[in-house]
Amino acid sequence: MTDLTFRIAGQAGQGLQSISTTLGRLLARAGYHVFANQDLMSRIRGGQNASSIRVADAPVSAPSESVNVLIALDEHSLGLHVPSLVPGGVAMFDADDSDSVPLPDGSNAVLFPVPMTRLAESVGKSPLMLNAVALGALIFLTDYPLEQLKTMFQEAFAAKGGQAVQANFACAKAGFDHARQYFKASCPCRIALPPLTQKRLFLTGNEAIALGAICSGVKFHSGYPMSPSTSIMEFLAAQGREFGIIVEQTEDEIGGINMALGASYAGVRAMTATSGGGFALMTEGLGLSGISETPIIIVICSRPGPATGFPTRTEQADLLFALHAGQDEFPRFIFAPGNAEQAFRLTSKAFDLSQKYQVPAIVLSDQFLSDSYATIDDLKPEALHIGSFAGPGDLPAYSYQRYAQTGDGYARLLPGTPNQVVVTAGHEHSASGLITESAADRIQMMDRRLGKLEPMREELDGMTAHPDSLDHLTTGPHDHLLLCFGSLFGAVREAVDVLRAQGTNLGMLHLSELAPFPAKLLTERAARSRRLITVEGNATAQLAQLIHAETRLHIADSILKFDGRPFTAAEIIREFRTGI
Amino acid sequence: MPLDPLTTRPLDHSDDIAWCPGCGNFAIREAVKQALEELHIEPWQVVFVSGIGQAAKLPQYMACNIFDVLHGRALVTATGVKLANHRLIVIAEGGDADMYAEGANHLMHALRKNTDITCLVHNNQVFGLTKGQFSPTSESGFQTGTSPQGSPEPPFNPLAFAVALEAGFVARGFAGDVPRLKELIVAAIQHEGFSLLDILQPCVTFNKVNTFKWYQSRVYYVNDTPGYDPRDKTQAFARSLEWGSKIPCGIIYRNDRPALDRQLPQLRDKPLIDQPVPTDKFRALIERFR
Repeated sequence: MTDLTFRIAGQAGQGLQSISTTLGRLLARAGYHVFANQDLMSRIRGGQNASSIRVADAPVSAPSESVNVLIALDEHSLGLHVPSLVPGGVAMFDADDSDSVPLPDGSNAVLFPVPMTRLAESVGKSPLMLNAVALGALIFLTDYPLEQLKTMFQEAFAAKGGQAVQANFACAKAGFDHARQYFKASCPCRIALPPLTQKRLFLTGNEAIALGAICSGVKFHSGYPMSPSTSIMEFLAAQGREFGIIVEQTEDEIGGINMALGASYAGVRAMTATSGGGFALMTEGLGLSGISETPIIIVICSRPGPATGFPTRTEQADLLFALHAGQDEFPRFIFAPGNAEQAFRLTSKAFDLSQKYQVPAIVLSDQFLSDSYATIDDLKPEALHIGSFAGPGDLPAYSYQRYAQTGDGYARLLPGTPNQVVVTAGHEHSASGLITESAADRIQMMDRRLGKLEPMREELDGMTAHPDSLDHLTTGPHDHLLLCFGSLFGAVREAVDVLRAQGTNLGMLHLSELAPFPAKLLTERAARSRRLITVEGNATAQLAQLIHAETRLHIADSILKFDGRPFTAAEIIREFRTGI
Repeated sequence: MPLDPLTTRPLDHSDDIAWCPGCGNFAIREAVKQALEELHIEPWQVVFVSGIGQAAKLPQYMACNIFDVLHGRALVTATGVKLANHRLIVIAEGGDADMYAEGANHLMHALRKNTDITCLVHNNQVFGLTKGQFSPTSESGFQTGTSPQGSPEPPFNPLAFAVALEAGFVARGFAGDVPRLKELIVAAIQHEGFSLLDILQPCVTFNKVNTFKWYQSRVYYVNDTPGYDPRDKTQAFARSLEWGSKIPCGIIYRNDRPALDRQLPQLRDKPLIDQPVPTDKFRALIERFR
């Protein structure tokens, strides 16, 4: 069984990200399951950043605590991360030799000095290319032909031209040759990763969300940059011309949601993406979507807060906020994908159902899911449903009533339909859409809007319908059932697999569709487990609170984490054992 | 002949028109109606995106497409409507509170974005619907419930602001002169780009200072002045600062900056809503990640 973790550590601006994605993509092409996540500081240069790449021959979607190979681009990173190395792990670092390397007492790391900066300066004429040197040395370790790296550089630097490719490749070759010269082929640190058969997709959660949106026919995105959501807007903007998508950067998040609502009113699929702070500014617009029945997709990539919080780190503390944002009462969908595959599929489901029921739909991600890279066997746009507008048919001139109950679902006309006008309102309104003060109109419209809740609930599976179905983990009976939502899928899944292999009768329920809440499913599954435990990336067990509100089930035990860092399976296992 | 926007669709709410008797909004509505008729714009071809307040209720009393949105947000929503379907005539409607207070940030950026929408601001220098507080355009010293000692702030000058930002079309009209107001609305709609039309509108209930009579003795039209060139920015800026015994109206400033919706390559061939989803390109897009 292969399960290795490479960690690249250094300062912001040293090119960690590019080593990480290049290595990850190379291994994904070789057929491995790869998961890569970053530990970044909110700055442009300096600081202490790290990127971890976990490679396995079985699906992985969580980081590991144990590092097999460390690539330290500066001295401080070496000391910081060596304690994470497994016994006999490899520490590659930027130096001519290992004589003066300060290591923690008791470390038995295999030291692998590579003069990265010196080689980058002599071969690439720039110290900035030390990341290419490191990558080359790493490629030697993994036993891959260096030529494959050339292909990757050609793809990565296509825009910069042949010179950039040549220079980077020369540096990589220098690193590779150095490793070959100074580390014998028999060196125990050499890690063979023979190519497997299937080439896999390698992408981030945000890329999966953006792909899901494009493959659902999104035509309009307006928003304001905010970490960790911004890469969605940038990806859509880059595809704008080819796919006919307009991406508008607005003056603030208020403008982001309200502009998207205008586009949606006019008849195109529209979205916005932000983090919790931006969503706070969007809450009035969310309400406008609710009362005016204008579809919109809002992606929330959560980070710890409140206010500015931890801009580059992760948390799952916006669940109840997303659920209750906006004054008064109106229905909404909330999807919380657990990995990149779900992010693609549930974003599309959000578009489809938002359009069908004319309600806002929220895709709740977080920094961990949004920024982490993972492999997927495939994404299937062919399986997605792109609904079209179905107007209510022939009507006498100027007789259309936007909010009349037509009996055939929630069909709507678009403005610009000859001889009809479409009147849509954020005020309470009558069936025509005009402003009303009538109590009877109010009751009729509240009934219309809230009447969607049950049909909406029936559209949802509630839990993750994953290709490798979790039924055997969820149906029970179990002594313990771990409940989680969103990005915790991978870590909890891994913890449950390990604990089950060790003989614990343990099940798992990952909720990826949270509003309207799947109360029936939850009650059924819970009844077949002796003890319920939630695992959540927040401080107050929001999922447990939500389950209690919806089902009256009291969950006394929760494994919680709110330090801004992602969960690992090992942590969950430790907490679980402590709690038994 | 286009359909009469006032009678095409009978009003179906039980309430009367919510404006005070004698309100300038009636005259503005008449001018809007006449402008649409003159341009042969049918009710289904125009979308009014309205904010919140007495001014923003104007489209409620006409036949037209309406998106009645949030206070202050009409301009951003209108931009979304126009970019999604640029065949529609899009008019954002609101008062001085909507456009110059709650929505002032959006106004600044709408002027820069220069989408082809028309912004009609009923500027009565007071908050009407919340019953008479001072607004961004109230004169210094204006006494209201929230400024018992008089408004301490100098008034916002929308025209100077718009000229400074190189707005494509900057004009001021007066609710007391429907024929000239209609001409300005026609010109604003015809302008290809963002057009700001500030409309002086006395509030008969809450503003006892800036009355019809007060305005009538002061308003004049710059375009009647021989030699006035609205394309001359320096001249326009000087006029926009004028306020007192004489108040300039008419087209103060204009230029030919191309509208955003004319520049986007995505919109070169047809409106966004008419473009099919390119499903044949999805597979290749996904394979880029392999």
